[in-house]
Amino acid sequence: MGKVNIEIDGKKLVADVGSMIIEVADDADIYIPRFCYHKKLSVAANCRMCMVDVSNLPKAVPACATPVADGMVIQTQTPKAVDAQKSVMEFLLINHPLDCPVCDQGGECELQDLSVGYGEDVSRYVEGKRVVKDKDLGPLISTDMTRCIHCTRCVRFGQEIVGIREMGATGRGEHVEIGTYIESTMDSEVSANIIDLCPVGALTAKPSRYKARAWELRESPSIAAHDCLGSNVNVHHRRGEIIRVVPRENEAINEVWLSDRDRFSYQALTDGKRLLQPKIKKNGQWESCDWQTALNFAMTEMKRIIGASNGDNFGAIIGNNSTTEESYLAQKILRGLGCNNIDFRTRRRDFSADDKGNVRSGLNFPLQDLEHMDATLLVAGDLRHEQPLATLRVRKSTGFGKAMAINPFDGEYNFRLSHEIQPEPHLLANEFACVLSAVAAKKDDAISAEIKEWLSGVEHNKVHSEMADELIAGEQTCILLGVYAQEHPQAETINWLGEQVAKLTDSKWGYMTQGCNAAGNKLAGAVPNQSEVGGRATLGKNAKQMLNEGLKGYLIHNCEPDVESLWSEQALENFNNAECVIALTSYDDGRMLDYANVMLPIAGNFETSGTFINIEGIWQSFAAAVAAPGDVRPAWKILRVLGNLFELNGFDYESSIQIRDELREKYEVSGDKKVSRKMPEVLCSSEKFEAPRESLGLYRVDPMVRRAEALQKTPKASTHPISISRVKT
Amino acid sequence: MANEVCFRTLDLETPWSLEAYESVGGYSSLRKIIAGELDHEKIIDELKLSALRGRGGAGFPTGLKWSFMPRNMPGQKYVVCNSDEGEPGTFKDRDILRFNPHQLIEGMAIAGYVMNATVGYNYMRGEFYEPFDRMEQALKEARSKNLIGDNILGSDFCFELHNHLGGGAYICGEETALIESLEGKKGQPRFKPPFPANYGVFGRPTNVNNTESYASVPAILENGGQWFLDLGKPNNGGTKIFSVSGHVTNPGNFEINLGTPFKDLLEMAGGMLAGNQLKAVIPGGSSSPILPAEVMMELTMDYDAIGKAGSMLGSGAVMVIDESVCMVELAARTAHFYYEESCGQCSPCREGTGWMSRVIHRILEGEGKPEDIDNLDRVAGNIMGRTICALGDAAAMPIKGFLKNYRHEFEYMIEHKRSMVKG
Amino acid sequence: MTDLNYDKSLHLKELIPQSAIDEIEQWILKYPAERKRPPIMPALKVVQEHNGNYLTTEMMQAVAEYLDVPHVAVYEVATFYTMFNLNEMGKHVLSVCTNLSCSLRGSDKVVEHLQNRLNIKLGETTKDGVFTIKEVECMAACGGAPMLEVDKVYHENLTEEKIDKILSDIAAQHMPAKEEDNNGK
Ligand SMILES: Cc1cc2nc3c(=O)[nH]c(=O)nc-3n(C[C@H](O)[C@H](O)[C@H](O)COP(=O)(O)O)c2cc1C
Ligand code: SF4
Ligand code: FES
Repeated sequence: MGKVNIEIDGKKLVADVGSMIIEVADDADIYIPRFCYHKKLSVAANCRMCMVDVSNLPKAVPACATPVADGMVIQTQTPKAVDAQKSVMEFLLINHPLDCPVCDQGGECELQDLSVGYGEDVSRYVEGKRVVKDKDLGPLISTDMTRCIHCTRCVRFGQEIVGIREMGATGRGEHVEIGTYIESTMDSEVSANIIDLCPVGALTAKPSRYKARAWELRESPSIAAHDCLGSNVNVHHRRGEIIRVVPRENEAINEVWLSDRDRFSYQALTDGKRLLQPKIKKNGQWESCDWQTALNFAMTEMKRIIGASNGDNFGAIIGNNSTTEESYLAQKILRGLGCNNIDFRTRRRDFSADDKGNVRSGLNFPLQDLEHMDATLLVAGDLRHEQPLATLRVRKSTGFGKAMAINPFDGEYNFRLSHEIQPEPHLLANEFACVLSAVAAKKDDAISAEIKEWLSGVEHNKVHSEMADELIAGEQTCILLGVYAQEHPQAETINWLGEQVAKLTDSKWGYMTQGCNAAGNKLAGAVPNQSEVGGRATLGKNAKQMLNEGLKGYLIHNCEPDVESLWSEQALENFNNAECVIALTSYDDGRMLDYANVMLPIAGNFETSGTFINIEGIWQSFAAAVAAPGDVRPAWKILRVLGNLFELNGFDYESSIQIRDELREKYEVSGDKKVSRKMPEVLCSSEKFEAPRESLGLYRVDPMVRRAEALQKTPKASTHPISISRVKT
Repeated sequence: MANEVCFRTLDLETPWSLEAYESVGGYSSLRKIIAGELDHEKIIDELKLSALRGRGGAGFPTGLKWSFMPRNMPGQKYVVCNSDEGEPGTFKDRDILRFNPHQLIEGMAIAGYVMNATVGYNYMRGEFYEPFDRMEQALKEARSKNLIGDNILGSDFCFELHNHLGGGAYICGEETALIESLEGKKGQPRFKPPFPANYGVFGRPTNVNNTESYASVPAILENGGQWFLDLGKPNNGGTKIFSVSGHVTNPGNFEINLGTPFKDLLEMAGGMLAGNQLKAVIPGGSSSPILPAEVMMELTMDYDAIGKAGSMLGSGAVMVIDESVCMVELAARTAHFYYEESCGQCSPCREGTGWMSRVIHRILEGEGKPEDIDNLDRVAGNIMGRTICALGDAAAMPIKGFLKNYRHEFEYMIEHKRSMVKG
Repeated sequence: MTDLNYDKSLHLKELIPQSAIDEIEQWILKYPAERKRPPIMPALKVVQEHNGNYLTTEMMQAVAEYLDVPHVAVYEVATFYTMFNLNEMGKHVLSVCTNLSCSLRGSDKVVEHLQNRLNIKLGETTKDGVFTIKEVECMAACGGAPMLEVDKVYHENLTEEKIDKILSDIAAQHMPAKEEDNNGK
């Protein structure tokens, strides 16, 4: 890209040809006021606030829409520029209510901030102000549309970023109103980003409405816990109470966005029915007790059951969103006691690769690359609802590239697919194999005799062939397997196919996982086939076995397998029949009250420190943003004490950081230990499934999300979202 | 001489028929092109020589505009005719469409040839029912004679023309709003650059001209650029249709040479209605600042003369106003129009047009304050030059014009709470 | 699972006759096939005409589905252009221009006369649902000011007599049919 030399406010700068003045100024930390411009959105140039003075031009020009030219001299503070900015400010304020004292945006409002600098003290506008009826955008977003300044950021967000046009600007002139179609609610999975985008208080977060003023809030960085991207967030809290969660910019992971799930699930901590004290069930009645009593009870029971069965009749189920440290300690305790029955994969059917063990699961290329793909083949994933922000990246790539899908259900995509195959669920692997067969036909000399043999009898058609063409032709291409692929009875076959197709077409490939820390849990050793960092372990029982066979004792950590596992009914029955169920949980409700024998209150997300390892393998550690309420303790501390009660060695940690460092050191020695996949057995379709689609659903993925009130009120919570809302342009 | 260009069929029996049009030399330029006697460079040269300036309002030289189109760029390009005719006072394009549709068709086909565009759209305002039917009829005729369509007259030149109808929005006369509207969206102007020549309809290079501009082209190519130039005066070539309305005896369209004295035009229109006194003239549509009678009577009707006098020739809509008219009322009606028609996209226009309209209406209602006048002038000034499209200027300029020339009527009304003219 | 074979055009087909659908299809042909939005305006007009001069939410939605565009895209268009009416209108909408040229030539008197004759105010509809008076901006007929448009016809150089004639002609269309007309069939 060519470069030009320009000058802004006396600063000499080098800029890319084609960039707008405002971008260059932002990079150089020169402030130009703006309302409509946003670096992630198209240029609308409608607020006219960013007017600057460019030498040789008679009038001030909008910095957001004026491209730089070599030798341009720009000034942001001359009378010409400031006059223009002030006059625009005056126009914007004439119909804006002066209700800052009761506005939720007060203290962080871009209009308020700027009016201090640019607004005239006494408005010369004495006519009546416009009043706009508020819109009902659903349970997440509050509106005060009279405050809207028509910057259209919210409209452009839907149109450009999400690809679902929900918001629009209707009417014309002064009667323009921003809203949805007539009065329908916003129900995309990333809708609440418009709250951050709105520069004024027209769109605010409903769950935190009137809860606090901006200046009373303290901010702590953290990591979101509901999908495998690990979006970066800031937690805003006041006197120990979380008021809201907002995105923290991280271009490589979440850019500037946040999914609604990651934004509002905190409500389960503040409004949910929390377990505030340890409890033991006596004669069918729950009784509160102190920690020592509860832990002693747990220890005694575990010792008894494990001892009596040589470790065979006890098992631990670890929640998807447990921190890496928690998983590490849990497996360390169990293995220390001679029990290898531990697993977090309660939604897996295919364990055939368990004896091969690679250390990390996930994506073998940077997430960011998703937006640069000439062709993307999605296999078995409901990306929009599983990793909402990843889908925004794939959507970006469809601006120039192609997206294709093999999905056993009528998926919702917010981009157009160039090719789509919708097999019956049990034929998923077969369809994917057809793509390999198509690739093989085009790359005959690169195929081993073994694979040829394997593929004999697999016939591809025109669509498979075109899919193969796209993957071969594109310069940057990838195959992305969704969460559903890992739930499939032939998950390992599908993974192998992914690897093969990728290899032959020179594509990247990777798979998405359930929850936020599958990679971390695996690396920590919370699986029956390997201890931490892929260390050797006697093969224990996997989640399917533990939940189906019925053990005498269970430890369940931060999960509800009776709700979220693939074997929920069996789990419920076996828990009810067990001699002892030890539950580490944040909540004092649900069926757990029936089947557990002791409940240990653990801190929730944002209340504890720890590390999540995302799909890309990035370790993200965080400190607690707020203290846990009541007698609630961070789970790593509980597990540490338990380890000590068992008199196991190596449980003298003083902080979660020490635990992480210990694991990290081991990991650095071992590395990823990738083991190449073996060719699966001869392909035949799996048994026919009952349900065409079994994904958990956007707002049912973990105990916290299930208890987030506002999310549960959205239309997407009740039914699993399958709709006709495919992208329209 | 009158009616030599766009209205040259007007005296014939059915002026809108292909027969009538061909009888005055129609489609001969297109035939010359097909025969290889006129190439695109020559056409542009003739247009430049003719000093034809855009008849839609801005007066941009048409030949120069055509030369900006990247004719050699691969891919679809478009030719679009602006028949939105929304500027209050203007009613000339309606008559071209009704009475000489073939000349527009030929003009657009020639434009298509010059710019290598195979598709054209004629965007007519939604209320043009009769003109639409005439255009459709004419298209049918032209198509049946292979004057448009595929392989025109056996050549390899193809040009398809479609009539489109708007939905009632003045802003859609602005070329980029028109493009958005044609794409099926709200008529909200785009920020320029990029200009339509690079990024127009459906993101493709597009040339937009006014109906009268396109319709002037065949006559220019038949008689030569010099002929057209000589009809008018330097830099103001040709004839121009003036839509004369208001207080004249015979309102109507007059296609006359540019540079004709206003006095003469007034006479052609039968002079002042009922022998009343001329008070003022709005010379180029409601967006052009009003000029007092004494200034007008000295002016010739051309871009440069009217521009020098502080107003604009604009679309050629001449509104004649007699002594009975209260300027505050007229200003209020003007302000109301722009307030109704602002698309609402950018802040100065959306908020400023409402502000101006409210202040003037308040003055009319006897609630004016002395400081309102300067405030109004300031607000108008704050809109100008700060909006996405020229509607902001179009709304502000006439208000400034009323204040400049008739400030005393505003002052009188504020002080006495009644009109200086009407009592 | 959504039925992939669900015909999204079904809804519109239920609301307007096939001839109107054909008309919309004619418009669609004018624009590049991959562009779905250009026919929004013509389609809305066709639908509006068939519904007695106004659009309902259901109709806008049906148009959106028929053309496969977002609902809000249709709603934006319908609310932007003045020729679309989202409230019930009379069978005949008298669109009176009150802009500069017309007002110079007495459009205020036209409005006044209409209001008196029909006994309604600007923007209102007569009780029998026959007439609505609508104020509109310049319609490009200033040479014939004052003017009004009704049923796609411009009436220029209006006088009280002309207006009365327009009204009575329209009213005549709404007289109950005479007996012999029926017998003739
Ligand atoms: C608010 C506004 C309204 C306009 N309305 C019209 C119109 O009705 N007809 C027209 O030809 N040009 C109109 N124009 C001018 C067009 O933007 C454009 O300059 C013109 O169509 C170019 O054609 P020309 O070069 O042949 O004049 C309008 C411009 C503005 C800013
Ligand atoms: S609601 Fe907010 S983001 Fe949307 S246009 Fe209004 S001010 Fe802009
Ligand atoms: S930021 Fe440039 S016009 Fe709004």
